[in-house]
Amino acid sequence: MSVADVSLRRAGEVPVERAPRFPRKPKGISGRSIAIIVFLTICAAFFCVPLYIIITTSFKTMEQVREGAIFSLPAPFTLDAWWSAWDTACSGIRCDGLKVGFWNSMAILFPSLILSIALSSVTGYALALWNVRWANTFLFVLFICAFVPFQIIMIPLIILSSGLKVYGTIWGIAIVHAVLAMPFLTLVFRNYYKGIPQEIMSAAMMDSGSFWRVFVEIILPMSGNILIVVLILQITSIWNDFLLGLTFGGLGTQPMSVVLANVVITTTGEAAYNENMAAALLTAIPPLFIYFVLGKFFVQGITAGAIKG
Amino acid sequence: MPRVQFEDIIKTYGRVTVLKNLDLEIDDGEFLVLLGPSGCGKTTLLNLLAGLLDVTAGRITIGERDVTDLDPKDRGLAMVFQSYALYPTKTVRGNLKFGLASQKIDGAEVDRRIAWAARMLQIEPLLDRKPAQLSGGQRQRVAIGRALVKKVGLFLFDEPLSNLDAKLRTEMRLEIKKLHDELKSTIVYVTHDQIEAMTMATKIAVMDGGVIQQFGTPDEIYSRPRNLFVAGFIGSPAMNLRAGKITNGGGTVTAALDGVTLDLGRYGFASQPADGQPIVVGLRPEHFGAPGQALADAAGTFSLPVQYTEKTGGDATGYLKFGDGLIAARIDPEQIGRFRQGDTVDVSFPQGKVHVFDAVSGARL
Repeated sequence: MSVADVSLRRAGEVPVERAPRFPRKPKGISGRSIAIIVFLTICAAFFCVPLYIIITTSFKTMEQVREGAIFSLPAPFTLDAWWSAWDTACSGIRCDGLKVGFWNSMAILFPSLILSIALSSVTGYALALWNVRWANTFLFVLFICAFVPFQIIMIPLIILSSGLKVYGTIWGIAIVHAVLAMPFLTLVFRNYYKGIPQEIMSAAMMDSGSFWRVFVEIILPMSGNILIVVLILQITSIWNDFLLGLTFGGLGTQPMSVVLANVVITTTGEAAYNENMAAALLTAIPPLFIYFVLGKFFVQGITAGAIKG
Repeated sequence: MPRVQFEDIIKTYGRVTVLKNLDLEIDDGEFLVLLGPSGCGKTTLLNLLAGLLDVTAGRITIGERDVTDLDPKDRGLAMVFQSYALYPTKTVRGNLKFGLASQKIDGAEVDRRIAWAARMLQIEPLLDRKPAQLSGGQRQRVAIGRALVKKVGLFLFDEPLSNLDAKLRTEMRLEIKKLHDELKSTIVYVTHDQIEAMTMATKIAVMDGGVIQQFGTPDEIYSRPRNLFVAGFIGSPAMNLRAGKITNGGGTVTAALDGVTLDLGRYGFASQPADGQPIVVGLRPEHFGAPGQALADAAGTFSLPVQYTEKTGGDATGYLKFGDGLIAARIDPEQIGRFRQGDTVDVSFPQGKVHVFDAVSGARL
């Protein structure tokens, strides 16, 4: 037995010692799998081709764009369009680029994330794990609220927020985002916490019995998975929102999506396609970044080891 | 080390009554086992004591304190759960520490208690592991440790061993028994496993249908079951229960069942039975005499054909055809060769071991 074999065995693996008597046939490519591959390729092309055009165009000069060969690679390769989109693109009469919108979006994103997640996780925890009077009625109301389209309550909300003197401010947009997300997020958290084994909660009741201490020390550390899901959900929906930013944002407090639209619409002379494409990509970067970074933190089995397993 | 008292406890869920006017007193230092089949209300009773459920009516006192309306953490007790219920994100040390969350004690004392419990349960090397890195038996120890650190006088166990394998279960059984001896605390232990109940308890409360069927020491429960339910529930293989009739005349009392007459002359009847009273006779499989040997004080002898035999290592049971049913008799595994299917064997049953129950009420006569 070789050294490698010994170390393999120690690792709990057993090396194959003789040729298999009943070798498995390798699976060939059938007509069915070819059809599936063709179908999937077409589907992928459907998304990839426009993306390819957007990306290549954003690195081209306007001279090359004017030539009209939209599938050609950028030559010369330039970052000028990206810079001007970020720094000097005109939205309406202001020519400060997308950066204003970017920082506005950031300023909207963080308060509304913290507000909506804090409120909805605590509410979900209370509804799922504590005896709350009228809990089911409350859940039903939340359920209904989660399905009311924003457009229906838009005008009343504007009147309300201007009465509260937050209309047109960054805080106004942030709060409205948080409030609108509340019903759905509460349902999400509540359903997740319902899955926590009853006995863990019983044990916590016997050990501490304090609403906040059990939440902070036991429940919150077990919420990793759902927090990631909610973060991705909230960041993308707040970042990509257009209507709310458009209607609630004042001059200079508009989020990036609204600024992007204005940049694309505002044209003096020719349409700067390369700049528009770069602006669109710039706006799309943050949610993409979130997907890639947070996606890695998806962990399985939050209750591993807590109960019999 | 308090005394626990349940007074006139009623628990209903909607229109379903789970516990009916239950009274129970647990003495200081007692190891009480609540034993019964699934759905008999034993876990409900435990949860009422723990405060995880509210009583519909009634009063629970621990020591001199009425705890009926207190929160679980204020009742001065600790509980070990069936599924262990460890906090998955905390280390073993963190789990034990959180066991003290409701007690206002300083850090040094916390550390001292954790060290004490860890030593007692031999989990010292595991203190910095997460529950996921522990085996079932280790998790069970940590769960017990989390209860121990509280240093309370009353421990509740909710079927703590049912998730362990047979060998580990035997080990932990001994260990819990040892803990009880060392700590001298009161323990209320819920199980459906009669072996656990018989080996660990100082008192057993056999429950069925939300009612305590019998409350007594393991010996009492085994040797003088108060009714048919207890008789049939305790013992493995189960007691043979056969319907029959009393013949009371000429100064001798006998029971006639399916052609066999049992002499009940020395049976301690609570009151003289009437002639012709329908009864159920209980015969434990382990009390049958050896096949072919007539006992001196036999109440009766059965001459029955063998249906089949069952061997479990050091033990063997013969199933004999009697009327339209079977009678189980424990036999010496050495002699199992003499029990061939279809053969007729004579087995006698000793007088002092017969149980007689009223066929109508099910109560012991």
